Amino acid sequence: MKILVAIKQVPDTATQVKISGDPKAIETSGITWIISPYDEFAVEEALRIKEKRGQGDVVAVSLGPDRVKEALRSALAMGADRAVHVNDPALAGADTLLTARALAAVVKQESPALVICGRQAIDDDMGAVGAQLAELLGWPCASWIMEETVDADAKTVRVGRQVEGGLEVFDLPLPAVLSAQKGLNEPRYPTLKGIMGAKKKEIKDVKAADLALGDAAPQLTVTTLEALPPRPPGRIIQGEVKDAVKELVRALREDAKVI
Amino acid sequence: MAGALWCVVEDDRKGMPKKVMAEALGEAARLGGPVEAVWLTDKADDAGLQQLGEWGATKVWLLQHEGLAPYRGEVWAPVVADLAAKETPKAILAPVTSRQREFMARLAARLGVGLAADSVALALEGDRLVATRPVYAGKLLSKVTWAKQPWLATLRPNVFRPAEVQAGRSAQVERPPVTLPAAQMKLVERREEVSTGLPELTEAEIVLSGGRGMKGPENYVILEELGGVVGAAVGASRAAVDAGWRPHRFQIGQTGRTISPKLYMGFGVSGAIQHLAGMRTSKVIVAVNKDPEAPIFKIADYGIVADLFEVVPEMTTEFKRLLEK
Ligand SMILES: Cc1cc2nc3c(=O)[nH]c(=O)nc-3n(C[C@H](O)[C@H](O)[C@H](O)COP(=O)(O)OP(=O)(O)OC[C@H]3O[C@@H](n4cnc5c(N)ncnc54)[C@H](O)[C@@H]3O)c2cc1C
Ligand SMILES: Nc1ncnc2c1ncn2[C@@H]1O[C@H](COP(=O)(O)O)[C@@H](O)[C@H]1O
Repeated sequence: MKILVAIKQVPDTATQVKISGDPKAIETSGITWIISPYDEFAVEEALRIKEKRGQGDVVAVSLGPDRVKEALRSALAMGADRAVHVNDPALAGADTLLTARALAAVVKQESPALVICGRQAIDDDMGAVGAQLAELLGWPCASWIMEETVDADAKTVRVGRQVEGGLEVFDLPLPAVLSAQKGLNEPRYPTLKGIMGAKKKEIKDVKAADLALGDAAPQLTVTTLEALPPRPPGRIIQGEVKDAVKELVRALREDAKVI
Repeated sequence: MAGALWCVVEDDRKGMPKKVMAEALGEAARLGGPVEAVWLTDKADDAGLQQLGEWGATKVWLLQHEGLAPYRGEVWAPVVADLAAKETPKAILAPVTSRQREFMARLAARLGVGLAADSVALALEGDRLVATRPVYAGKLLSKVTWAKQPWLATLRPNVFRPAEVQAGRSAQVERPPVTLPAAQMKLVERREEVSTGLPELTEAEIVLSGGRGMKGPENYVILEELGGVVGAAVGASRAAVDAGWRPHRFQIGQTGRTISPKLYMGFGVSGAIQHLAGMRTSKVIVAVNKDPEAPIFKIADYGIVADLFEVVPEMTTEFKRLLEK
């Protein structure tokens, strides 16, 4: 069974992000890049499906500039078999839909039985690409999955999808798209052997032209990035606990008027 | 009608629209309307239709069919896309919920238009719409705009001012014929969570959050007690969730839920950037922590530097006294 995992490389949340000279973009120097955490759950789940079945092919796909190779290399070190790198300056301003269109073209070339994405990429926090990919392919899709089992003959997948107030369990015929929620699994760390082995694995470079995307204009564009408006300075309420609590409750009631 | 602002209805699956709809409808009215609701459901209460009218919808497109429940994106997207192709709305808005987030993404792909997910502000600039969205763990705000209509956006709950209720006002109800594509997904079961009796985390106006400082799962009862008094949901930090003290659905932050309540109160939460990502758009933030250097105090409106085990019971008593008055 072939499984495709879509991974996005994003700034580590702990690194500081600054707006660059171009107010539409962040300063990219000095940033530590990581695989978006939800995408690690996706890679881990694909590897587990393969291991459980005793065979399979896990292909990691990422769209982005040269630096993205490093993220693909990490996925290969975790255990993915191959990688596809969609690397084209023409796609630099891709929105979620254009990203999904590029990924859909890769899916058509690879024809996997299952695509696993992350719930959302933690840089743009859109949470859209997985569902958009499914729509473009005409496949069913389940987002925010917490559990998953592919049946013995790889015809359907049963998933538990997190919704308000509970979990909805669905059967989806394959091929299908899933998006991973935290809680699905604990991603493994690459072993030394995995890291060494990853160096020999294939990363295929793909250009926009190879994907026959036609019009590559994004539908949604960033006009500006802005710093957060500063929050008014806070107030530490001093004194004995009893008095401090009394004052806090009064302030929430009378000054902030939130209770 | 052509050029209308549509709001996709999030309901309680029992025939009533949820309270977040007042926010979407209110925002659509502020953007100049005309405001219309689109409701996909297997059952709609008359009271629910009335409610949408009182929240400002002039028209409700009621797409009622048993095949529309449970929600499946593959079924919903073509139904709304077909109607949108006929009616040419200017914008389609929906509150952020687990299903609307997925549905709106699918719909955007089907219509070939942009989607601004989890927006915290919308504004018309000339003849284009500009959405503001938190990005990079909420460290920056991104302003985005669309190449063409309809403009699709999902709205973060508790951020947009709800519509004033206009009692007695009702919406015109349109019931277009509904043709469903064959569904591929089959619902096996729905596992309901054991109800805590407290509001849902993402919908609550007040959220109490317990971090590693809670010391163990058994201590969350004191937060639940306080929650019961003030009508708050009780969430947790990832440290508490990873320790197994609380189920994942209660996690607040980048890899948990994003919340934006009127009042957030953190107890024994240090305020790591990933936690802040999930709650920094809260209106008022209160922090209770033993450590005066805890980063959460940097964004807190009110702070108490003390042992939470002394503060929480005191707060419960004090709020009880206040609210009984
Ligand atoms: C990729 C990634 C994603 C993440 N996603 C999330 C996320 O979604 N949500 C999240 O919360 N975290 C997330 N984290 C983890 C985050 O970095 C922090 O580790 C976590 O938020 C810390 O939780 P905490 O504040 O409860 O614990 P700690 O940082 O250990 O803080 C505990 C605090 O409690 C105080 N305290 C202790 N005892 C008492 C007492 N008796 N009274 C009062 N105060 C007391 C201490 O002074 C301390 O400040 C993520 C991390 C990574 C790397
Ligand atoms: N540039 C990209 N390359 C590969 N996969 C991506 C890319 N952007 C988004 N994805 C996938 O889509 C998911 C949702 O992303 P988003 O809609 O941007 O929040 C991510 O978790 C990835 O699995």
